[in-house]
Amino acid sequence: MGNRKVFDEPISVLTDIVRDDMLICCGGFGLCGMPESLIDALRQSGVKGLTVVSNNAGVDGIGLARLIESGQIRKMISSYVGNNKTFESAYLNGKIELEFSPQGTMSERIRAGGAGIPGFYTRTGVGTLVAEGKPHMSFDGQTYILERSIRADLSLIRAEIADEEGNLIYRKTARNFNPMMAMSGTVTIAEVMEIVPVGVLDPDHIHTPGIFVQRVVKSTVGKRIELTTNRDRKP
Amino acid sequence: MAKRAAAELQNGFYVNLGIGIPTLVANYIPSSVNVILQSENGMLAMGPFPYPGEEDPDLINAGKQTVSELPLTSYFSSADSFAMIRGGHIDLAILGAMEVSANGDLANWMIPGKSVKGMGGAMDLVAGVKRVVVVMDHTSKSGSSKLLAKCTLPLTGEGVVDLVITNLGVFEPQGSHLAVKEIANGVSENEIRVKTDCATVFD
Repeated sequence: MGNRKVFDEPISVLTDIVRDDMLICCGGFGLCGMPESLIDALRQSGVKGLTVVSNNAGVDGIGLARLIESGQIRKMISSYVGNNKTFESAYLNGKIELEFSPQGTMSERIRAGGAGIPGFYTRTGVGTLVAEGKPHMSFDGQTYILERSIRADLSLIRAEIADEEGNLIYRKTARNFNPMMAMSGTVTIAEVMEIVPVGVLDPDHIHTPGIFVQRVVKSTVGKRIELTTNRDRKP
Repeated sequence: MAKRAAAELQNGFYVNLGIGIPTLVANYIPSSVNVILQSENGMLAMGPFPYPGEEDPDLINAGKQTVSELPLTSYFSSADSFAMIRGGHIDLAILGAMEVSANGDLANWMIPGKSVKGMGGAMDLVAGVKRVVVVMDHTSKSGSSKLLAKCTLPLTGEGVVDLVITNLGVFEPQGSHLAVKEIANGVSENEIRVKTDCATVFD
């Protein structure tokens, strides 16, 4: 099979794919499992007018916040954008659009997009702003709203280990949105800590099969901790 | 409040604790009660904060704080996590709130024109978890009641709250009124009546 999916650098893995006005799914929960090298490469590429689906919008100076700073993102679809002054000022100044999607609804919209399901009914958000303008339906006496799925032009994700075929293994809570985003991307690029030859990974331990991953590149930045919290050692 | 909320935990429960005061509930779980904490970013059986030097950037809770794992821990995707939540597999959620109404409406995610943060997983939790307990101060910083006949802020869910624990007592939304189940030490029935902006019925 060779290394047809493996690229040398975060910038070269993106260059021939990215264009203005794309819809991009971007993995991570806060900084955990976020494809930071690919986001930095996206900034370097200069594409603009992007719609980005990501649970959060980065942290000031890190991740998607850098693309908001540079004015490349037109719209964010997120569940939580708190603790982010860059986003807040861009939003309050009308420089960026925002669609709030509840975290579970968002993850299912992305999963459904990748699974060929155009929409689904959920109880989440019934009677709230999220339900406004969406079709309602009653099943077994309960009210549900219709949520449309999300299909991405490009998904940027992060995993721990990839083999040369793009089979992925995630690590701990860094998995989060990455497996669904891999499925939802017309093209999916995975940034990983380590790339191994085919046959090294146990097929029973693969989280994301390589069919969902078109390109793989090694991360060029270390992992970051957003909030360090500790307990005291007992004396 | 956190201590009182811990009394809602039953042996064998799968529990999701919200950010803020609800997180403190974990400190008051009696040793005789085994509960498994779910963190909606993708972890079941969440352990305590790590010792200094043992933090792992790949191991955080829903508040993005570093945590640790336990022998029974499992990890999964956000889709699986919310299948647990939306699918009714979680027994209890303990959440903070800005407002709760007598019919159990909850508002805890948005102050129009003031705060742009988002709902995170709160709307999914209140829609899917079997029992929803709110822990919050009885009144706001300006002294107004957070228990109301009708919420003024955008809702997180409609008729979703089963129990409210405040610094003044324990309350159960009954539709037209709140049933006062317990009164905190040193608090009078009159104080509760004065500081609550909806009908109350004392058990």
